[in-house]
Amino acid sequence: MENREIAIQCNNISKHFKGVYANKNINLTLYKGEILSILGENGSGKTTLMNMLSGIYQPEEGEIYINGELASIHSPKDAFTYGIGMVHQHFKLVEVFTALENIILGINDRRSVKEITASIKEITSKYGFEIDLNKKIYNMSVSEKQTVEIVKVLYRNANILILDEPTAVLTPQEIDKLFFVMEKMRDDGKSIIIITHKLNEVMRISDRITILRKGEYITTLNTNETNEKEITEFMVGRKIDLKLERLRILAGPPVLEARNLRILKDDGTVAIENLNFFLRGGQILGVAGIAGCGQKELCEAIVGLRPYEGVITHKGESINGFTPQMIKDIGIRMSFIPEDRLGLGLAPDLSITDNLLLKTYDEKKGILVDRKSARNDAVQLIERYKVVTPSTETPVKNLSGGNVQKILVGREIGNDPNVIITAYPVRGLDINSSYMIYDILNEEKSKNTAILFVGEDLDVLMTFCDKIMVLCHGVNMGIVHTKNTTKEEIGLMMTGSLDLTKDNKKIFGFADDSLVTDEKWEELLREDQIRRKK
Amino acid sequence: MLVTFLAGAISMGVIYLYACLGETIIEKVGNLNLGIPGIMCLGALGGAIGINLYYAIFGEVTIGILIVFFGILFSMVFAGLGGLIYSFLTVSLQANQNVTGLALTTFGVGLMKFIGSNMNVSRFPQASLSFKNGINFGNPEGFLGTIYKGFCEIFLSHGILVYLSFALAVIIFIVVYKTRTGLYIRAIGESPQTADSQGIDVRGYKYICIIVGSGIAGLGGLYYVFDRSGGTTFVEAAIEAFGWMSVALVIFSMWKPFRGALGSILFGGLYILPQFLPISNTQLKIFAILPYVVTVIVLIFTSIFDRKDSQPPKSLGINYFREER
Repeated sequence: MENREIAIQCNNISKHFKGVYANKNINLTLYKGEILSILGENGSGKTTLMNMLSGIYQPEEGEIYINGELASIHSPKDAFTYGIGMVHQHFKLVEVFTALENIILGINDRRSVKEITASIKEITSKYGFEIDLNKKIYNMSVSEKQTVEIVKVLYRNANILILDEPTAVLTPQEIDKLFFVMEKMRDDGKSIIIITHKLNEVMRISDRITILRKGEYITTLNTNETNEKEITEFMVGRKIDLKLERLRILAGPPVLEARNLRILKDDGTVAIENLNFFLRGGQILGVAGIAGCGQKELCEAIVGLRPYEGVITHKGESINGFTPQMIKDIGIRMSFIPEDRLGLGLAPDLSITDNLLLKTYDEKKGILVDRKSARNDAVQLIERYKVVTPSTETPVKNLSGGNVQKILVGREIGNDPNVIITAYPVRGLDINSSYMIYDILNEEKSKNTAILFVGEDLDVLMTFCDKIMVLCHGVNMGIVHTKNTTKEEIGLMMTGSLDLTKDNKKIFGFADDSLVTDEKWEELLREDQIRRKK
Repeated sequence: MLVTFLAGAISMGVIYLYACLGETIIEKVGNLNLGIPGIMCLGALGGAIGINLYYAIFGEVTIGILIVFFGILFSMVFAGLGGLIYSFLTVSLQANQNVTGLALTTFGVGLMKFIGSNMNVSRFPQASLSFKNGINFGNPEGFLGTIYKGFCEIFLSHGILVYLSFALAVIIFIVVYKTRTGLYIRAIGESPQTADSQGIDVRGYKYICIIVGSGIAGLGGLYYVFDRSGGTTFVEAAIEAFGWMSVALVIFSMWKPFRGALGSILFGGLYILPQFLPISNTQLKIFAILPYVVTVIVLIFTSIFDRKDSQPPKSLGINYFREER
């Protein structure tokens, strides 16, 4: 192994932001023709390191050798000349341009469009990409956009590819396709660095694994000589129990019941079609489905941020068409932990204290806000959830992903909710932060709170939730008890191959002990139609 | 009368067109420059200084082409310097674009008032003749002759700056939409991160586009003083008003040069229309707001239809800093 040719050699790389080390004395070796995984919790400095290789940041200390020569990478252009290409987690594509325009962007290529197209076609057929060069990016799916990114990098003759969390937004089939392409590129002699949080993918695709922790280099392992448990220990620095727990408590009566929901997306297409479900107190209902199957719209409709057709009741009372304020006014304590933390959940430029105030500002009479008690709340929240922050007055956008989420969850749990709506609460979080979030949700469950949990990791959904509702393009494929189902079954339902609602006499999503009588449901649905006509 | 109106609309619209084209280039790289009124004042001031300089050097000898050259050169240099200040503040120092732009407007208007009020304007009408010098198209008789004369008056009776403005609209269209440079410029305006990661010199392009765009916008001020007003009006307040109208025209044109050219004729027509109608002073005021109303309506419609191709550059108004986290 050691006598193979080295593509990249980093020695003692350091970089800090605002006094905090993002990278400290990092060593990294990448051989030619291998796939190297970089693993680490959130804030361990993976992306910072990769950004230094691709010229976005400059290291403050240390040397980078590329193909044995000392390299100084001052800009992305320099990185290209060294043959390094990076596919960023947030795609660097111009939405209103076509794929072709994006690919040729920035290259001084004097050839005609025809010749350029031909050489791109050569690359795509060599590695088995499917791509429509004249399609505008905004018309593309996530996976297509990623393909454009990779082709873009290959077209620049990159021999070293860096992929930052490429699988986070892909379906299992798309991941297979990506891995197939990656293996082809490796066999072609290219070196690939992949950053991902998913251990099973790491085991599957990579030859070696480099582990970072809190900005420092820990170790490098050969994939076939290690296992998931050992890797996790290196990542978190101590042994932690990977077992998720499903609290077994007796569920109460339905808290939230929804029937005949029909919700539209922003662009007017249907997000959710004819959906029935109910949430019980002390029960977690998981929602599974490929990204963009209406989960986001469903959550927003329930909490009153998005108009919908159909009826939602809370403890037998209709809350149809209520705004979040109206829901709050009639005494429902509903908490919403959205997917988009810094957009919908928190105000990025405001401090922790001010963000807490956003929830409680109207509880005190008078025109002045009560900053003092809010600051106390902030101090408590920071202590309780071990938030890493310089002070309570730090803008939340300066915190790392896990800490941001802790603040959001802490705030939303703070008013002792009886309904929690949450979408991907652990997305992008490291293992420790994730388990803290799961623990908080379990604690709320034990207080008889009804919880809707939109998730992406099937293993988590299977072990953590009581029931799982599977959506496929906005249509309910069935609701199953997790103890009676398998991952394969849910996978089939997610892709639409299995529809439990088709040949089943039972109507899914109707509670046997509904607090609303059938006649009342019909009346409510009629009222809804009249309301919408107005 | 229709002929006079159309010729007037074109001639009036050119003031807007220069500023609109300049601002379009600036906004294409993602900078919203609200300093346009000030930059137009700087352009007018620069042109005036250049022309006085001409008379200081050459005395009373009138060499039309040199007068125009001095006017354009100094106008663009002064306005370009305004653009340089703006780009240094917003691109290098990351200052807020709106605040910087408004400050630049105040600066440009103030500077023109300060220097301009003591300036010798006596030769401006004389210089203006060189700018307004149109094509002599003869005087044929008969029905066809009338049509011919009408055509010539509408399209060929103007000074050189009018033709230059429409030529610029074509050139800018070709550069922005048909060349590689234009692709880079648009990429920067849409997503500077993307452009940067592709090795495009984001700062360099921004500086060049802002300075060139400002220079072009400055010609609007020059044109107003030395062509449209015949060298008789050297007033900053009027130019400032045209400047704001031009910013509205950029939105109206959906950041497209050809639409800008057509829009400028429309705006120019709306501006001079009251002169052709028997209306009172109050009604005149209502006419004055029409261009803004039209712009708002266009904005409403493009927002409703939400066509991705007729949206402002995505990063418009947002400064780009590579190491931001």
